Amino acid sequence: MSLGIEVDMSSPLMYGTPSSRVEGTPRSGVGGTPARQRPDLGSIRKAPQVDLHSDADGAVASEQALGQKLVIWGTDVNVGTCKEKFQRFLQRFIDPTSNEDENAGLDLNEPLYMQKLEEISVVGEPVLNVNCSHVQSFDADLYRQLISYPQEVIPTFDMAVNELFFERFPDSILEHQIQVRPYNALKTRNMRSLNPEDIDQMITISGMVIRTSQLIPEMQEAFFQCQVCAFSTRVEVDRGRIAEPAVCRNCNTTHSLALIHNRSAFSDKQMIKVQESPDDMPAGQTPHTTIVYAHNDLVDKVQPGDRINITGIYRAVPMRENPRQSNVKSVYKTHIDVIHFRKTDEKRLHGLDEDSDQKLFTEERVQILKELASKPDVYDRLSSALAPSIYEHEDIKKGILLQLFGGTRKDFSQTGRGNFRAEVNILLCGDPGTSKSQLLQYVFNLVPRGQYTSGKGSSAVGLTAYVMKDPETKQLVLQTGALVLSDNGICCIDEFDKMSDSTRSVLHEVMEQQTLSIAKAGIICQLNARTSVLAAANPVESQWNPKKTTIENIQLPHTLLSRFDLIFLMLDPQDEAYDRRLAHHLVALYYQSEEQIEEEFLDMAVLKDYIAYARTYINPRLNEEASQALIEAYVDMRKIGSGRGMVSAYPRQLESLIRLAEAHAKVRFSDKVETIDVEEAKRLQREALKQSATDPRTGFVDISILTTGMSATARKRKEEVAQALKKMIQSKGKTPAMKYQQLFDDLRGQSEAAITKDMFEEALRALADEDYLTVTGKTVRLL
Amino acid sequence: MPSSHDWINKPLGVVEAMFGKKTNAWKSTPFLCTYFCMFSFQVPSLNDVPLHYLKPNSLVKFRCLVQDMFDPEFYMGVYETVDPSTKANVLRCGKYKDVTECGVDLNSRNTVTAERQTFYCVPIPGESPWAKEISFLSAARVVPSTSYVPSRQKRSYEEDDDDMDTQPQKQREPHTEPHGNGDSKRQETEAPSSQTTTPSDCSSHLDLNFPLPGERGPACLVKVYEGLDSFKLNDTLEIYGILSVNPVLTVIVYPHRDPSLLLLNPTESMETPEEQRAHDPPASLVPRLHMLYARPLQHNNPLLPSAPTEDQSAFVSSFLVEMASVRAELLAYLTHVLLGDGLAAEYLLLHLISDVYTRRDVLPLGKFTLNLSGCPLNSYTERLYQIVQQLVPCSYRLSMSLHTMNSMRLVPKKDYVANRLVSGALQLARNTSLFLDETQLEQGQLDSSGVRNITALGNLISWQKVDYDFSYHQMEFPCNINVLVTSEGRSLLPSDCQVPLQPQVTPPNMEEYLTTIHMAQFTSQINKFRVYLSLARTLDYSISDEVTKAVEDDFVDMRKDDPQSVTAEDLHRMLVVARLLSLSLGQTTLSRDGWMRAKHIDMLRRSRTEQQKSLNGNEP
Repeated sequence: MSLGIEVDMSSPLMYGTPSSRVEGTPRSGVGGTPARQRPDLGSIRKAPQVDLHSDADGAVASEQALGQKLVIWGTDVNVGTCKEKFQRFLQRFIDPTSNEDENAGLDLNEPLYMQKLEEISVVGEPVLNVNCSHVQSFDADLYRQLISYPQEVIPTFDMAVNELFFERFPDSILEHQIQVRPYNALKTRNMRSLNPEDIDQMITISGMVIRTSQLIPEMQEAFFQCQVCAFSTRVEVDRGRIAEPAVCRNCNTTHSLALIHNRSAFSDKQMIKVQESPDDMPAGQTPHTTIVYAHNDLVDKVQPGDRINITGIYRAVPMRENPRQSNVKSVYKTHIDVIHFRKTDEKRLHGLDEDSDQKLFTEERVQILKELASKPDVYDRLSSALAPSIYEHEDIKKGILLQLFGGTRKDFSQTGRGNFRAEVNILLCGDPGTSKSQLLQYVFNLVPRGQYTSGKGSSAVGLTAYVMKDPETKQLVLQTGALVLSDNGICCIDEFDKMSDSTRSVLHEVMEQQTLSIAKAGIICQLNARTSVLAAANPVESQWNPKKTTIENIQLPHTLLSRFDLIFLMLDPQDEAYDRRLAHHLVALYYQSEEQIEEEFLDMAVLKDYIAYARTYINPRLNEEASQALIEAYVDMRKIGSGRGMVSAYPRQLESLIRLAEAHAKVRFSDKVETIDVEEAKRLQREALKQSATDPRTGFVDISILTTGMSATARKRKEEVAQALKKMIQSKGKTPAMKYQQLFDDLRGQSEAAITKDMFEEALRALADEDYLTVTGKTVRLL
Repeated sequence: MPSSHDWINKPLGVVEAMFGKKTNAWKSTPFLCTYFCMFSFQVPSLNDVPLHYLKPNSLVKFRCLVQDMFDPEFYMGVYETVDPSTKANVLRCGKYKDVTECGVDLNSRNTVTAERQTFYCVPIPGESPWAKEISFLSAARVVPSTSYVPSRQKRSYEEDDDDMDTQPQKQREPHTEPHGNGDSKRQETEAPSSQTTTPSDCSSHLDLNFPLPGERGPACLVKVYEGLDSFKLNDTLEIYGILSVNPVLTVIVYPHRDPSLLLLNPTESMETPEEQRAHDPPASLVPRLHMLYARPLQHNNPLLPSAPTEDQSAFVSSFLVEMASVRAELLAYLTHVLLGDGLAAEYLLLHLISDVYTRRDVLPLGKFTLNLSGCPLNSYTERLYQIVQQLVPCSYRLSMSLHTMNSMRLVPKKDYVANRLVSGALQLARNTSLFLDETQLEQGQLDSSGVRNITALGNLISWQKVDYDFSYHQMEFPCNINVLVTSEGRSLLPSDCQVPLQPQVTPPNMEEYLTTIHMAQFTSQINKFRVYLSLARTLDYSISDEVTKAVEDDFVDMRKDDPQSVTAEDLHRMLVVARLLSLSLGQTTLSRDGWMRAKHIDMLRRSRTEQQKSLNGNEP
């Protein structure tokens, strides 16, 4: 909404020849393209040293003559050198290792920014985003100048870019001259660390938008007209004030000039409040907020709730409460004039964003982590560091540890199979009071993107997403629930068994396809929910019944259960040695001092970093031996069952075996999945199966309990009953109809084993499926 | 070295003089600490003395809770002005000031920008009337710097009365009858206090954001200059600082601001009127306090020396001698109060001295939430609360009626429009006794906010944390609150330990009975109890290896007999009981005897709950 850009020649920002826009006439070249004011940089006139500046400006023009000595007042920036350096940067900078998605489609071995300029000439969007870390690696001194004097250096950059651009593409037509938008200044990362030294410097901070104001038209230039002689004059706004000319220069009448709003120049401005992101905050303090001003095309680029990286210039303005009072409040108002926005969570909903996850590790930290990784017992160390207050359950902790690391993400969408799930899902079931919740709480506190919900308290909507009408804008807004929020993290669900069926059903999609489909109030979309699920369930009868199968104990649909890679039972083992160790552990918990505990276990922060590092940088792949070992393992598992006429493993088990092996390799910081990883994955899976998929009737491990909800022996018996019933009916001869109750009594009398009504009905249903008979009410008819 | 008189009356002069001399010695905190402790009793307290009696720019102290932390602000640490008489440029120190002197040269190169932060502080929520009264009396002894004569006795009592306002209306009926709460002092002053007019009614127009409803007292904007990272939300502090009530600070919020004014001064437009009201309230209501020194408070019991000095250790060792006898007296007193139930009294005593002394990852250790079930109805719980309130320095009774659960805000919530943390009833100082009265709960529908409130209470009890609502995300704040739940049957909230009350006596008139018990206690006696409860909590505690071994053996044996009945959770509880039991006797290590006693009373309690179960049949 830039109303009539009339360029003030005297402003040092306005390089090039201002040309009033002539519609319809083709224009090109630096001279032909109008410059656009950059309120984000602020008018240099705001500084008290205006005159000196124009001096410097003059120097720029005659620079060749005077040599390279002159610098902009108050800085060490020489415009000529700076321009030259930047042009060299643009022409030469190559970043072969770039993996930014912005650079997708660009040839990494060619100068990066020249390609971007080419893009500008094609697309016609006159904005060049420059990564400051590139500038830094290319020319550290230039980078320092950029950070320290952005107000002076960025216009120089603009100048350099435009010269270069129009030299190369003399015929392109742009809306206005190209503006350089640097981002990713490394100076400041955290809002909390902003301090008075950062004033007027370029900074990058991350945070979350909490409020945006309406559009504010900010006057850039006031237009005055003399009431007497109609002579007009323009006055630039200086520090929010307009110096109204007292005397008309033309007719010398005093106080005859009136402000004409319609012909004054305005620019768009928006106030945005940003709050520091929760991860950056020290515990026990409230988050800080900062005011950010967006100008021109950056207005309305962000919405409340967005997580963004802001690059801008930090400003402090003294507060004058009342112009009539001489006393001033000794406080400055601070804000950031934004130059560049970068949303960090935008892509999380649609694709993988490595950038936002990339935590910066210092060299020493990486060294510590690598040292830790090289220890042979790192796996045991880490697992024992996990929730040290919870006693034993070593295998469960190991399982959760592998879950925290996760498998390698594989993309088969090219071949039509879609993404393979890399996340490990774990279900804990067991007696109440076996610290399941505590384990969940711990995990929730450990991972950066963890969510904790309770089955009883969450609805399907709360887990997935819901559409809400914003009371102010009447706009439909998609509010994401726990599962979407924990994308790339872990969703901890307590009291899984108490969850309503409809709620649980949304988990089906999430736990295998890792997406969430929503069709609500006119919004149809598919959101990513690549979350690991860590669930805890209590047995239905409050105490685990060892005589029953897992399914019977927790009454969860087997379709859901089969999506868990590992199902652990947390039972009270009830043996003396265990009791003693438990007692020792608990008592120690109560009297050991903080230091003693820390000596024994890893620091939680180290563990956190370790996991974050492994998740970001380590992507193990299977090596030949490991694949062989996996094949063998799978075949073995199938063999065990086939001996007894049942299936003991499904491809899902193989997949989860691969995931676990990969996760274990990640724990070792290894890029290759080796045999030992497979061994451990096998062991862990076996342990979990031994606990959860043991048929209480036979004592064998039977995977079909989890996949079909019924053990093979139970199914066999069902068939036997059906056959016995059929035989009995056949022996009765040709009776087309029978009484239901009588048939039941007969069967019970005939059979040696006890037959319940359920079994009888199941048998009837089986026979009905064979089209042998039909059941109508209380009579059974043969067909 | 400036005298204490200078510090109290002209602290800014002292600072200015030191700025001139460029001495930084006074900046060191330990120095200030000892220095202020020396004459702390001379410093008037904002808690006791009404604001209009205090001199602006004098040294005051304030006992408070950090309710909210505002954004850091930059101010002119050093600025240049022109001396009107000599016309020379003078450098001035801007620290500890809100407003600069006239004629600041904004463009001076000597200006030093510095950073400070503002905390919004409120008086400690739920502070018991007696604690206020005692600290008031001790402070009123010497108030040299104010023209204020302690004729204000009345107001202090009136504040007591305000606390009663927090209780639902229907409970006021018995209250107007011959006074039953037994505080003899209160009875004497009840009549005159009702005559005094309510001071400063205007505070009601401005929401001062107190965590608990019906609270009174000055809220304060504290400007913090040093050690910003050492302060946390909900810390209780005693702040020594320079009072600033300059009327310039008051921003007049015009509802219909001239839009052209807004255009011309864009810096003004960034704040909404709500935000301005929250951040720049009138200085006459919310004074500014420039912190010189803050002392974190371990407790707010005025009967106990608060600073960890030699003074305190002497006090502790002298009190330890009579610990056991005081305990016996207190136990007898509580037994009477709990209608002759000695076991319940024992548990109540343990509960009152419990404290989350550390956390192991997510697990808070030392918490001891007590559920007193089987409480007689008809205002017994209310009386019980009044007695608890007389014993502890900080307490709050939350009557869990359907209406309060559905309508009350328990969890603090960030208000982004006003940019402040709107407080809730669970924003409490450490070791506050939260009395949850479940006997008030009737059947009915809980709405969504009610469910949230119940969940928040459950989280508080199990994890000792409150998840503050930041709208886009939640933030977890650890807390340390002693929760006591009174209920008819077993409470619907989780608890560490449930004790069914077994009244041995059934007084025909409960009111009268409790009043008589209360009346029988002398103030000196009650004061002893108060000291005892606060002191027992602060003692150190350890377990020797030998006893550890014994405990382990014991646990294994118990499990051998009946693995179903003794679980890890029971061991957790018994360890806490043993700890509290030892501390209550003034023993700082666990003895074998102590362990056996803990086991014994836990056994008694369990048999009682078993009994209850079999009586009620199918209770889970």
